[in-house]
Amino acid sequence: MTSTITPDTSASVAISVEEQQFNDLIEADSRIEPRDWMPEGYRKALVRQISQHAHSEIIGMQPESNWITRAPSLKRKAILMAKVQDEAGHGLYLYSAAQTLGATRDDMTDALIAGKARYSSIFNYPTPSWADMGSIGWLVDGAAICNQVPLCRASYGPYGRAMVRICKEESFHQRQGFEILLELMQGTDEQRQMAQDSVDRWYWPALMMFGPPDDDSPNSAQSMAWKIKRHSNDELRQRFVNMLVPQAAVLGITLPDPDLHFNEETQQWDLGVIDWTEFHEVLAGRGPNNAQRLQRRRDAHDEGKWVREAAAAYARKQSARTEEMVAS
Amino acid sequence: MTTPGDSAAEIWPLWEVFVRSNRGLSHVHVGSLHAPDETLAVRNARDLYTRRSEGVSVWVVPAAAITTSDPDAKGAFFESPAGKNYRHASYYSKSEGVKHL
Amino acid sequence: MSDDDSKADVHGHVAVDVTTLDAELIEGPSVATPDVAEYALWLGDDSLILSQQLGAWISRAPELEEDVALGNVALDLIGHARSLLHYAGTATNRTEDDLAYWRTEPDFRSLHIVEQPNGDFAHTIARQFVVSHYLFELYSRLRASADATLAAIAAKAVKEVDYHRDHSTQWVLRLAQGTDESRRRMITALSDLWPYVEEIFRDDPLIDSLEGIAVRPSTLRPAFDSAIAPVLAEAELEIPRGFVASGGGRTGRHSEHLAFLLAEMQVLTRAHPGASW
Repeated sequence: MTSTITPDTSASVAISVEEQQFNDLIEADSRIEPRDWMPEGYRKALVRQISQHAHSEIIGMQPESNWITRAPSLKRKAILMAKVQDEAGHGLYLYSAAQTLGATRDDMTDALIAGKARYSSIFNYPTPSWADMGSIGWLVDGAAICNQVPLCRASYGPYGRAMVRICKEESFHQRQGFEILLELMQGTDEQRQMAQDSVDRWYWPALMMFGPPDDDSPNSAQSMAWKIKRHSNDELRQRFVNMLVPQAAVLGITLPDPDLHFNEETQQWDLGVIDWTEFHEVLAGRGPNNAQRLQRRRDAHDEGKWVREAAAAYARKQSARTEEMVAS
Repeated sequence: MTTPGDSAAEIWPLWEVFVRSNRGLSHVHVGSLHAPDETLAVRNARDLYTRRSEGVSVWVVPAAAITTSDPDAKGAFFESPAGKNYRHASYYSKSEGVKHL
Repeated sequence: MSDDDSKADVHGHVAVDVTTLDAELIEGPSVATPDVAEYALWLGDDSLILSQQLGAWISRAPELEEDVALGNVALDLIGHARSLLHYAGTATNRTEDDLAYWRTEPDFRSLHIVEQPNGDFAHTIARQFVVSHYLFELYSRLRASADATLAAIAAKAVKEVDYHRDHSTQWVLRLAQGTDESRRRMITALSDLWPYVEEIFRDDPLIDSLEGIAVRPSTLRPAFDSAIAPVLAEAELEIPRGFVASGGGRTGRHSEHLAFLLAEMQVLTRAHPGASW
């Protein structure tokens, strides 16, 4: 199909009343609510971001649930169960927000298990050691919180409200991770080794969670204009590292970046060069655990099918019975 | 016009959840969930939305059962109260300074 | 976080709420006598093993809402286990973790029914249905125990297992009367689990020495039977007939499943003797 593309000069001159209202609401820092008119691009960007975020919570249950049965104390077992359970809850809050935009949970789930939807690539890394429960809490949840707190003010109402709830609950996740590492660092040589090895493996992937550098982030500018996103990737990453450095000192753990140094001029911690090739590999589905994570999700979904169907069938029978009783 | 997000295509329908956080307060909408029927919906709501003692009472409503005002008619629908300032106590300024009024 | 994010915002200010925390464990001032400690081990091990099993469901449940629901049950049970094992440990100066991680199979006191594998969702529900109904009757009576610590633990636990009872009941009804497949699975699960019901209500000699403190298991059977009967009737399920498993959990004779479960549960802790976590 060929057509001559003529620049649409009218768009900027005459926009619809609805679009003007939408722009005014964004401009005024108000919120867009489910049935408001919104540009198709805005709706799509939100469904993409919220569902990816939901999928990340759900897939993100797996690297930690691996350790529920092997947690080294009953207290840690209880904490870990509560945390992984929270992640299921957070996934549900987010699916519920995406659903207000017309996306159904069934469709989103199908896209996930078919391997068509994205989720945070960080969860494709393995958790071979208990210390990884500490690193996930401290680094991964820490990075997530940096990303998420500004999202509480996202322009789309249901997303912002879900994020408020999530951030409140998530505050315990980072602290418990920090405590796990602290306990290990104050323990035996083997435990300290376990902690350092784990931080060595998670540090860089955690920094990559903020996304590609600003000059290489295709969707960022539009998302910021729409106030779905409020800070740039690099800005948040820098903020995160500035917080980590003093925390690492408390732990007595070394951040695996020999080039990390304090910049007197900017009063920030300058970091070394991030190797994005690995990020792109993992993102492209070639990470260490991509296939395994998806398979596990698929299995749970497939094995649960008969249960979901049973409950639906029971509900149909019950309401038919009620109708009969009313009729007779 | 029903609440957004409801779809007859889903195996378990969508329910909207309202939680009363304390006695003396109204139930407030907190989000939604999926459940096969009302019995499990109210239990799922308890499990999902009150894990940290957030509630003393929970309502669940089938999303399909909610009727909302038409957002496209928003201007017209909510215009009437504007200009009727006499419905507000602060409109009556002459009584300022008079006690117990 | 930067200032602009921490400012009060009508759209939702995020702050860590200052909350008054409830006690994590139900603790009494007392030290358990050896017999009371043994009894606390019985109950604590049942809760611990069942919680361990349910914990394995999280991230694998039939629907996300059910991940959350099973997680809540598992969390309640590990809470009961911790309180009971803590109390049992006071007799021999051992911690809850000493007891959970450093005992071997013959020293565990769990019933065979809690050791039965998760199986499919119907098996997990059948096991939960039986055990929750038993625990509800048990804790209802244990609230009146002459032992103040056991009574306090029971008073908290009874409210929680009441909910577990309801949760499993709802699912028994749905699976039994849902589809042909779910009904078939529910019937299979119930008949697989039923041989282990008898052991729950058997009176071990220890009970004779704990008059007024412990609840005699055999006395719970009539209440258990009459609580489950209407549910099974509504679900159109019959009480399975068949063999009765020999049991022996209370004296340390266990099913084959327990050793595997303990191997997994204890592996990390045992690799680091003396370490703290």
